[in-house]
Amino acid sequence: MTLFFPSLRERPGAARLATIATLLVLIALPYIIGPFGAAWVRALAFACLYILLALGLNIVVGFAGLLDLGYIAFYAVGAYTFALLASPHLSSNFEWIARAFPAGLHMPIWPVIPIGAGLAALFGIVLGTPVLKLRGDYLAIVTLGFGEIIRIFLNNLNAPLNFTNGPQGVTLIDPVTVGAFSFGKMHHVLGIAVPSVYLYYYLLVALAIVAIIIVARLQDSRIGRAWMAIREDDVAAKAMGINVRNIKLLAFALGATFGGVAGAMFSAFQGFVSPESFSLMESIIVLSMVVLGGIGHIPGVVFGAVLLSLFPEFLRHTVTPAQEYLFGHVIVDAEVLRMLLYGVAMVAIMLYRPKGLWPAPEHGLAKPVAAGAPGAGALKTTGS
Amino acid sequence: MDTFIQQVLNGLVLGSVYALIALGYTMVYGILNLINFAHGDVLMIGALTALSTVEVLQRLFPGAPGPLLMVAGMATAIPVCIVVSLLIERIAYRPLRNAPRLAPLITAIGVSIILQTVAMIVWGRNYRTFPGLLPSDPVPVFGATITITKIVVIALSAAIMVGLMILVNRSRLGRAMRATAENPRVAGLMGVNPNFVIAVTFAIGAALAAVAGVMIAATYSVAHFYMGFIPGLKAFTAAVLGGIGNIPGAMVGGLLLGLIESLGAGYIGQLTDGVFGSNYQDVFAFIVLCGVLILRPSGLLGERVADRA
Repeated sequence: MTLFFPSLRERPGAARLATIATLLVLIALPYIIGPFGAAWVRALAFACLYILLALGLNIVVGFAGLLDLGYIAFYAVGAYTFALLASPHLSSNFEWIARAFPAGLHMPIWPVIPIGAGLAALFGIVLGTPVLKLRGDYLAIVTLGFGEIIRIFLNNLNAPLNFTNGPQGVTLIDPVTVGAFSFGKMHHVLGIAVPSVYLYYYLLVALAIVAIIIVARLQDSRIGRAWMAIREDDVAAKAMGINVRNIKLLAFALGATFGGVAGAMFSAFQGFVSPESFSLMESIIVLSMVVLGGIGHIPGVVFGAVLLSLFPEFLRHTVTPAQEYLFGHVIVDAEVLRMLLYGVAMVAIMLYRPKGLWPAPEHGLAKPVAAGAPGAGALKTTGS
Repeated sequence: MDTFIQQVLNGLVLGSVYALIALGYTMVYGILNLINFAHGDVLMIGALTALSTVEVLQRLFPGAPGPLLMVAGMATAIPVCIVVSLLIERIAYRPLRNAPRLAPLITAIGVSIILQTVAMIVWGRNYRTFPGLLPSDPVPVFGATITITKIVVIALSAAIMVGLMILVNRSRLGRAMRATAENPRVAGLMGVNPNFVIAVTFAIGAALAAVAGVMIAATYSVAHFYMGFIPGLKAFTAAVLGGIGNIPGAMVGGLLLGLIESLGAGYIGQLTDGVFGSNYQDVFAFIVLCGVLILRPSGLLGERVADRA
């Protein structure tokens, strides 16, 4: 909690109380909003998934200052890894797999998630190695291209050997199962019914909390400080003995790992993946979460992810009826309007509030030099 | 052999379009060190504006000759694109000129999204047919065939590029542009107005993108809100291939990339026994981009070493 509200740091008792209260609210939340429709609980679960994605992208964009425009590709790698290793798709298309696993390839999550995360990280390293020693702009365009390429491959790798089933996607993916406990079924705990969606919500909340803790610890670690040093000035960072390329690569690979894990969860939660879910727009959406919330500031990023993932749900319930009421028919789709607003928000935030809606407190920075004071001009040139 | 010549011709058509778009990227990059992500979408706006103009004119003057309509379409697309591009520069890039590098990249992406969604609202989500305005009879060339439209594309791009070279190398404005690219502050001290030069650069880039957009729409007979993305990405690759910031480099890079793509797509099926088909055409540009960045990051004609992050 002190991460979100630094003022609580002086009052450990209040901090503990706030943590417990927050956890209780998070546990009770599905039962509070559940009666308004399961779609809202689903939206909340997705919000947690987006928290994972946004935190991962924040490592790359926020901490290390590298613009990654194809982040969703790593999400796709994770999702397809899970989909292929935990569904009947491969065994029904390849005879030797069917012979080895007569009941279909249903690997449990414990190996699949590390494999998915590892593969995503590997892709990140392979992609990052040639580009990261160059200037940051190239990374943006290479990742942008990579995001598209992944989609082309997913769409076309159904012939001559059917790996991805093309545009139809992979279906019948196993739900998350821990031991004998399946997240895909309704359970009863102390006489209270807990539907599958609620279970996934709890799982994803737990994952999001773990991710927040990991990222917060990373940020304060030696590596985290190295990332920020590179972001501020990579030449100076190099002069301080930081291996700039490797540290950048580490940021890129770790970001990809988060994407991979989130992708695997997405795959299990949906039970279905297709290339359509991994378009450039998704990358842009995750980027807007990071930018809007506050680049490099964990609470800001979490806030941005929750805000923007619940926003379409809100738009759907307001914009469409409002237009029908005003004009008699829908002029602008909620979906289109959402993208328009995201675009406007990205430009406006960068122009007027470059640190986001929930900016990081200015600790540890040098006091701003008064305009006109000696050195003020010199400071500006180093940033460009 | 016939296939080879055919693919070379197709490659030249593709390449001259890429070259026109790449010039827009490379000129802006040369002066501002900024990747103008919205450049591809300016192209799309140009194509769709031309489409609307042609449709309106066809309704008003049903018998109007095709080539005239084509010229009218371009004549409206160019000013519209210039205005859009100048607005983008003024609103999204100029205030951030001294900001950290990440900031203008993010606003560029934001602008790109805005242009796409606005186009989606104005022109709809669906693919629109671009009418065939030039005669579509195939002309035989060395055993292969080419349409009049494609000949016009190649000839017009060549003419534009020659004109641009003269403008940049011979005129007073061109000298101001080169001076600003070298060092904006010193150019300012020498009596050049950098803001004006930068605006002119964006305007020229936008005009070239408008022409390229109309050409793409005319060649493939379609236009839609997302048509700018892939050509934009490839033209950027072309600019990097030639050496970003280098004007002749963008032209060479564009033509080369067009040839690589079209020959690659033409022969990949044979080379891999049909495992990969021509639907992987878009992958070539990406492989070229990665290859150039690994082997020769400064590009074929570039001299500046790009190592500052």
